Amino acid sequence: MPLDATHRLDLRARNHPAYWGFVLHRLSGIGLALFLPLHFWALGQAIQGEAALDGFLRWTDNALFKFAEWGLVVLLALHLAGGLRVMALEFLGWRARQKDLVAASAGFALLIGLLFLFHAG
Amino acid sequence: MAETELAEDKALAWTVKVWRGDAAGGGFAEYAVPARANQTVLDIVTHIQRELDPSLAYRFACRVGMCGSCAMEVNGRARWTCRTHASKVVTEGGTLELRPLANLPVIRDLATDMAPFFDKWAKAGGRFQPKDAKDGEVPADFAVVPPASKKRQEADAGIECIGCGVCYASCDIVAWNPDYLGPAALNRAWTLVNDVRDGARRGRLDAVAGDAGCHSCHSTQSCTERCPKNLDPSSAIAGLKRSIFWRFLEPGGDR
Repeated sequence: MPLDATHRLDLRARNHPAYWGFVLHRLSGIGLALFLPLHFWALGQAIQGEAALDGFLRWTDNALFKFAEWGLVVLLALHLAGGLRVMALEFLGWRARQKDLVAASAGFALLIGLLFLFHAG
Repeated sequence: MAETELAEDKALAWTVKVWRGDAAGGGFAEYAVPARANQTVLDIVTHIQRELDPSLAYRFACRVGMCGSCAMEVNGRARWTCRTHASKVVTEGGTLELRPLANLPVIRDLATDMAPFFDKWAKAGGRFQPKDAKDGEVPADFAVVPPASKKRQEADAGIECIGCGVCYASCDIVAWNPDYLGPAALNRAWTLVNDVRDGARRGRLDAVAGDAGCHSCHSTQSCTERCPKNLDPSSAIAGLKRSIFWRFLEPGGDR
């Protein structure tokens, strides 16, 4: 059976809160996975001595990096909340109120992001 | 009758894009149909076949939401066409788009081959195996499970599935992994796992574990969202995952 005759899902089939919850969880996970090598590379600067790491940290002490850091904190919070949602769904068997859970997860992530911004200055 | 005719006279025509083709491929054909106030999407498909193009292939039987054979993609979403009022899904521009169910091989036009879907019910151990009887035997008497008991209610939660394939056609995991058993087959397995009269629990949990089984589910919950009977296959799959997890922790439970 050729593949072109088997119809595929499109966005209209996927447009509901639990799906967006899944998308946020997946995208934040990919974002964090991409960040990790950078993180280890930055920490690795310490191997060449305190000055190397401090130099790098001074270089990152600007508004652009603060903004990126805010994004990172939001990604972490999103991924944490998304993971808790899946655990609640799978281990506690929570059936209903998924829409609320997805909204709460997103709200939690934004709240953490705001808290970070307050402390960023 | 006069009232219906009047409504038709006044009504504008809707444009219905219907996917026509077969296993080799195909494309959309457009039909103009009367914009009746009170008609289902299935009524429209029937109108096209009876009045405009008798070569259109589609599938239906009961017309009242009992058989589950008329499911199609209506404006990109899998639905029972017999239980979908056209006026509720038609776009503001008066168009409808009809395609055969996703994730299933097309036979022709709007009819898909449901064989892979039902084959997976068998693979998931969807057959009831009486506890007190050997293979294939009918036991002399079934244990009575009171309808109000928790055990019975757990088994009843997913038992109303009529196998329409809407969940299967809405599932991303089926699209990603053609071997994935899919929400309906796993929901059936979970119903039997919860049935205290069933004796094939161990084998069934083995059948639904692993890459093609419940562990592939990413909890996107499209199955639960789209099920026309408001069943919750997503929770059924989560239940299977839980049962397999706890069984793994039992002494000798990993086999």
